[in-house]
Amino acid sequence: MSKNTGLIADELRSERVGPVTFHVAHGECLAITGASGSGKSLLLRLVADLDPHSGTLILDSENSLSMSGHIWRQRVAYFPAEPGWWSENVSDHIADTPQARTLIEAVGLPERILTAEIRGLSTGERQRLALVRGLLHGPKVLLLDEPTSALDPQSISLVEDLITRQKHEGRIIVLVSHNAAQVERLADRRTILRDGRLEEVA
Amino acid sequence: MAPALITPFDLAIAACLILACAVASQILALKTGRSIVIAALRMSVQLLLIGNVLLFVFGQTSLFLTFAVLAVILCAGTFEAGNRQTSRMAPRWHYGIAGASILFGAALATSMGFLTSLRPHPLFAARATIPMAGLIIGNVMNATSLTLNSLLTAVTRDRSAIEARILLGATRLKALEDPIRKALRTALIPTLNQMSAAGLVTLPGIMTGQLLAGMSPVAASRYQIVLMSLVIFGNLAGATLAAVLTCLHLTDERGRLRLERVG
Repeated sequence: MSKNTGLIADELRSERVGPVTFHVAHGECLAITGASGSGKSLLLRLVADLDPHSGTLILDSENSLSMSGHIWRQRVAYFPAEPGWWSENVSDHIADTPQARTLIEAVGLPERILTAEIRGLSTGERQRLALVRGLLHGPKVLLLDEPTSALDPQSISLVEDLITRQKHEGRIIVLVSHNAAQVERLADRRTILRDGRLEEVA
Repeated sequence: MAPALITPFDLAIAACLILACAVASQILALKTGRSIVIAALRMSVQLLLIGNVLLFVFGQTSLFLTFAVLAVILCAGTFEAGNRQTSRMAPRWHYGIAGASILFGAALATSMGFLTSLRPHPLFAARATIPMAGLIIGNVMNATSLTLNSLLTAVTRDRSAIEARILLGATRLKALEDPIRKALRTALIPTLNQMSAAGLVTLPGIMTGQLLAGMSPVAASRYQIVLMSLVIFGNLAGATLAAVLTCLHLTDERGRLRLERVG
């Protein structure tokens, strides 16, 4: 895989994180581990250009600064551990389309969830729904922050299968997880964020 | 009918009413007796002062003096609107945004009124411009203040909801459209209530003043209709500008939410 394609973060730095440099190719999953509070979520936010930073972000030879922030985020999607909701109706977040139904089924949610209210859903259901909502926008890069932290083993398995499929379809995946077994199952490479810097693990 | 002239004796009766309220407040342990007296004193000094200033300004034909008085009213409105905010924008941006929005809304509504229906002669004569623009500035100040308050509260309270839209690729104005709409609705509520109740529950202040000054009730009603239309027009214009400027200030050119700018 050429170094010009894929996601490149070069000397990425904010007040609390960095400098961090890494490259993730299409169809590859990079896992970022580290102690709580080490800045893993902050690093994902920097890659999604959600917080001010210095350094360079490049996706398939295109610098993030060559496009508007919102265009970058349409391509590089951040999935926080606790997703936000701007409306109480699921239908305001996810339109009822065949693609949405396929994804909803893939993560083990019932189709009737499309007409449900957010406040009536469990934390695990919301987490899976947020994954579906983000995937429907068709991003090239998935920045997953503890994507299965609120799920039961069966749901974890379904979500991991979906992530693996996304990887095989060529999406770039950066995974933050405290679950060592999950990292083992999904990641092609593993790194540790320590003292604000990323260290590759053999 | 000639307007009733208020004598010093009438003012003394008014002062007695204020004192009665202050005493009743003490008896009822409302702890507002002191505030009532201070507010009444402040009101009396301010109104007598502006009365004398206007007496002087109306006696001149200076456009400069007219706009100088309006500038003072605008500054006071800006300070009041900025000062009412519970959440503020660092460093003092809430004053800048309030001032620009009040100026925009009030200038637009006043000019529209003067160039179309009201048409004072001469144009921008102090006797017409100052009370009319002052009334519109006061209303736009309230609308702007409510917009800022509602928006700043919503942006800090609903951060995760707003950011959910940003991280799905929404532009900053798209991400903030719900709080903006809520803020604009909130800003218009007092004017809408006033319009709904006008003539049915209360007679608006300007109409009351004109009736007391001897104007025909039908002419006074027409005047009030035009005035309320100008007020809601100015309010919406000022509130919209305040909402847009606030949203632009609380986000950056990359479309990120910058809540550290809320102090």
